[in-house]
Amino acid sequence: MSATARVRPIRVVLAKPGLDGHDQGAKVVVRAMMEAGMEVIYTGLRQTPEAVARIALEEDVDVIALSSMAGSHLAFCRRLKPLLEDAGLGDRLWIIGGNLPKQDHDALRALGFKGVFQTGSRLDDITGFIERDAGAATPAAGEGALP
Amino acid sequence: MNDRLPPDVAPVINESGIPIRPLYTADDVAASGGQSMLGLPGEYPFTRGIHPLMYRRQPWTMRQYTGFGNASDTNARFKYLIANGQTGLNVAFDLPTQCGLDSDDPLAEGEVGRVGMAIDTLRDVEIAFDGIDLDRITVSLTINGSAAILIAMYLAMAERRGFDVKALRGTAQNDILKEYIGRGTWIFPVEPSLRLVGDTIEYCAQHAPKYSPVSVCGYHIRESGANPAQEMAYAFCIASAYADEVLRRGVPIDEFAGRLSFNFNIYGNLFEQVAKFRAGRGLWAKIVRERFGARKPGSMWLRMIAGGGGSGLTFEQPELNIVRGAYYALISALSGAQTMALCCYDEAYTIPSEYAQRISLRTMQLLIEEMGLCDTVDPLGGSYYVETLTNQMRDEMERIVADVDARGGIVGLISSGAIQSQVSAQAYRRQRDIEAGRFRKVGVNCYRTDAGEQDVEFHPYDEADARAQVERLADVRRTRDAGAVGRALEDVRRAAADGVNTMPAIVGAVKAYASVGEITAALTSVVGRYREPVRFED
Repeated sequence: MSATARVRPIRVVLAKPGLDGHDQGAKVVVRAMMEAGMEVIYTGLRQTPEAVARIALEEDVDVIALSSMAGSHLAFCRRLKPLLEDAGLGDRLWIIGGNLPKQDHDALRALGFKGVFQTGSRLDDITGFIERDAGAATPAAGEGALP
Repeated sequence: MNDRLPPDVAPVINESGIPIRPLYTADDVAASGGQSMLGLPGEYPFTRGIHPLMYRRQPWTMRQYTGFGNASDTNARFKYLIANGQTGLNVAFDLPTQCGLDSDDPLAEGEVGRVGMAIDTLRDVEIAFDGIDLDRITVSLTINGSAAILIAMYLAMAERRGFDVKALRGTAQNDILKEYIGRGTWIFPVEPSLRLVGDTIEYCAQHAPKYSPVSVCGYHIRESGANPAQEMAYAFCIASAYADEVLRRGVPIDEFAGRLSFNFNIYGNLFEQVAKFRAGRGLWAKIVRERFGARKPGSMWLRMIAGGGGSGLTFEQPELNIVRGAYYALISALSGAQTMALCCYDEAYTIPSEYAQRISLRTMQLLIEEMGLCDTVDPLGGSYYVETLTNQMRDEMERIVADVDARGGIVGLISSGAIQSQVSAQAYRRQRDIEAGRFRKVGVNCYRTDAGEQDVEFHPYDEADARAQVERLADVRRTRDAGAVGRALEDVRRAAADGVNTMPAIVGAVKAYASVGEITAALTSVVGRYREPVRFED
């Protein structure tokens, strides 16, 4: 599925999970996504798993993205996964970036986070990954989608 | 030569936007304003240092940022660092404590003791500082949103251990305005937060006059994307907002300005950084004297901690961060910082190990013992380049301060999210410049190695520690006088509602063993919670 076939821009919710206040990286990624033509809902700080799932559902996003710098990513993602699935968002693209120790990457992928972007990831690699994977995953991108 | 560079020599502009010449002479110093703001160390405007003898009398205080798990774990690490020659403590709190939540709050799940020490009640503070001589070792509390509560706990603990609170030295970060720009541990809306900072300054001026209740942080504004001149200028605007808040209550400037301290970032161009600190000392002295009418020299001193610079460190080739840390310590020493806290080489990965902290401590000790950094004051003073750049940096900072004033002041610009949006746009451009190789980072966009990921030891997170903390809180709740706690929390609510200084009531509540979360809830029931503005224009 090429990007030009889409009937709407890719919609992303980018959330700051938990109490971590380091948002410089998240805001940089938001700007990169906007520059790549995506519609981004940035949640701001201190989001609970319930809030992330609710915003993702209400905003009908194609991509659920988390930015975690303070080490509580696994605990958060374990709580978020069933909430996203119960909300019917299991078919959307889930990604996570930030200070994520290498030994946790497999566990994050096993939880359903298809994209895991360590500190130092290039912005174009993140947006490119979304364009490839959300293009295929999003229901609105297929034929017969609403205008 | 300066005005006609050969075409094969690239122009250089520093991060603050000042063009750098290949050679400086006395003419450049004169053209940039001469020596009118130079003076001697210990004399207004203090450009060369706030004390006449500086490190010749006493080296900088070494104060590595430390704290994890519970109060007992952290107490042991404090004692390790003191045994290794550290001369102050710089306390890291976990995020629930910083956000005003108790360890048993559902929002604290998975975060108790993770990035710092968990504190729920005065009991924890008593354990954390057990056996530490608070007259000899000064303590800095890195706490902001809940700072009023932690200051109250620290003073109550010191008083109960028999220290004279009137003579007690120490610092709390307690700079809430910068938390809205970077770091993000805000709790209350902007205006009541500003009043709460005013409460702590006013209270300490009366009850703990040697204690520094605020450390105004350019550091995190820089981390969020500000350039060095903006970093210092915005910090001065914020410090001025706190001063205005206290002056409004009728406290004379000379009764509290001397206890305002600062925390600045160090990463970047060595000469720009040294010029930034020298320029900042002169500009702050001028602001405090001319704008606020201070008369006491101590009120005009830019007392500061420096040495950290997280954004300068890299995830790639982390051992290079040891070298960067050594240069940061050198810059801090050349800049006349009162206190240093170096970032550790493993900080891009984890909270620092004991080993990494010892390397940082030894780095500072090397400068003191082997490199002669304490022999003479302001050793770069008189360099044509440094003096010219100092003048130019001060002009640029003054321009930024005037611009903030013209736009209605820093409080409004932070409340609307304007500063946040500006610095985050700059951070974005910087990231693009790094990725395109226009802004060079060794190991990141040049001189990469194929050695693979480095083996950095991660600080283990101990779930059992978190459970023990929750149990300790439950034990305190069982054994304290519940009636006294209820009355004390009602006093906090009433003080906040009446608009009087809340500190006496907060001190009463901590002494009754009310928790951080309970006192925070008493305050939010009156003043509400902050809602973050989200803006992404440049």
